[in-house]
Amino acid sequence: MFLKYLFYLLIFPGFLFASVFGMIVGWVDRKVSARVQFRVGPPFFQNFYDIFKLWGKEVILVKNSPYFIFLIAPIIAFASVLITSTLVGTAFFFNLSIGGDLIFIIYLMMIYSVALILGASSTGNIYSSIGAGREMKLLLSDELAFILVILVPIIQAGYKIDLTQILIYQQANGMIIGSASGIIAFIVGIICLQAKMAMQPFDIAHAETEIIDGVLIEYSGTLLAFWKLSHFIMYVFLPMLLVILFWGGISFASVGSIIAGVLKYLLIVVLMILIKNTNPRIRIDTAISFFWKYASPLALVAVILAIFGV
Amino acid sequence: MAFYNKIIKKSIWVFHVSASPCNNCDIEILDLITPGYDIERFGIKLVGSVRHADVLLVTGIVSHKIAPRIKQLYEQAPKPVFVVGIGTCTVGGATFKQSYNKAGASLDKIIPVNAFIPGCPPKPEAMIDGIVKLLGTLK
Repeated sequence: MFLKYLFYLLIFPGFLFASVFGMIVGWVDRKVSARVQFRVGPPFFQNFYDIFKLWGKEVILVKNSPYFIFLIAPIIAFASVLITSTLVGTAFFFNLSIGGDLIFIIYLMMIYSVALILGASSTGNIYSSIGAGREMKLLLSDELAFILVILVPIIQAGYKIDLTQILIYQQANGMIIGSASGIIAFIVGIICLQAKMAMQPFDIAHAETEIIDGVLIEYSGTLLAFWKLSHFIMYVFLPMLLVILFWGGISFASVGSIIAGVLKYLLIVVLMILIKNTNPRIRIDTAISFFWKYASPLALVAVILAIFGV
Repeated sequence: MAFYNKIIKKSIWVFHVSASPCNNCDIEILDLITPGYDIERFGIKLVGSVRHADVLLVTGIVSHKIAPRIKQLYEQAPKPVFVVGIGTCTVGGATFKQSYNKAGASLDKIIPVNAFIPGCPPKPEAMIDGIVKLLGTLK
């Protein structure tokens, strides 16, 4: 029993699978971006080379800073991302879940952002502090919309907060994306994912050309590899979570249904990459007003529609 | 170490240091990362922070004001790091050879340098060639 859980955490939907598959999806991101800009793009194993190289580089600590927080923050973030990917992965592949796992997932994803804020503000670098402040504001703005989006499938499935219960509901009554509230919540959900992943219109906390990779500016070597790997793992489970919540998951009944499941996942990923490549970065005040004035009310409309069963 | 060197050759993140240049070499470096040359094919990426860098591309004569800062930047980079001097300025000073404000005869009097790419400015093809030759020396 214990060995089975260890297998879930370390091998199949957990560490090994999520890192390898995440790096491959990270390559898809870089390749599609390159093709959009009429370039050739990096080779297939590029992200593997990058991570391996970072493992061998020197780790530099900042003088006169609380290094314990600096060292522990990427590990906390990596652990929380790993557990989230295991939870989503077991529901996606094996139809297994612990009770109330959606609440757990919301908390764990918040821990990732909190660890990023702590690690960035422990360095004392001015760009890092700006990045930490922006990350905090972005967390405050996208969290409400994201929770409202998650509420829609919960309400439609009859107030069940398990991923498997939502999947069972969709097998019986059709996909949630087919309803009016479902499609609104799905569109807002993709925008929230863009903010959670720090992809282009919302990469305000990183902002490579403005505040020089902001929150990660002082990280080097192995610690930077942990941050990069956490980011790659987020490529795996966030689109998967949307597929489970709105699009009926994947079924292993026949070859056709497996291909359909993979295509659903890839469609969301490519949609996010195309949004990333066609939108410039917005200012933090624009992002807050976008989420609080437009995205959250839209998600609230979806919740109200879901309560009336539309 | 041999295996690590084989990997690091395929993933080079460069950091652009301008040490009092005339901006010509900097514009050519920015040309390098345009879609026309697309150095991401070789895994080369321009990064903003020196903590992420594998190669420092230094341009310009090193003036007295910038020399201590160049040393500090070199010390701040995580350690398997290579330094490439871009342009004739880093080799001998070019037009500014007799300037009163020049610290040291060339860049390698200030920090250790692995390769020079002379030219005023060097073409992007020459820079790719120089970096590939530098990586060829890694065993």
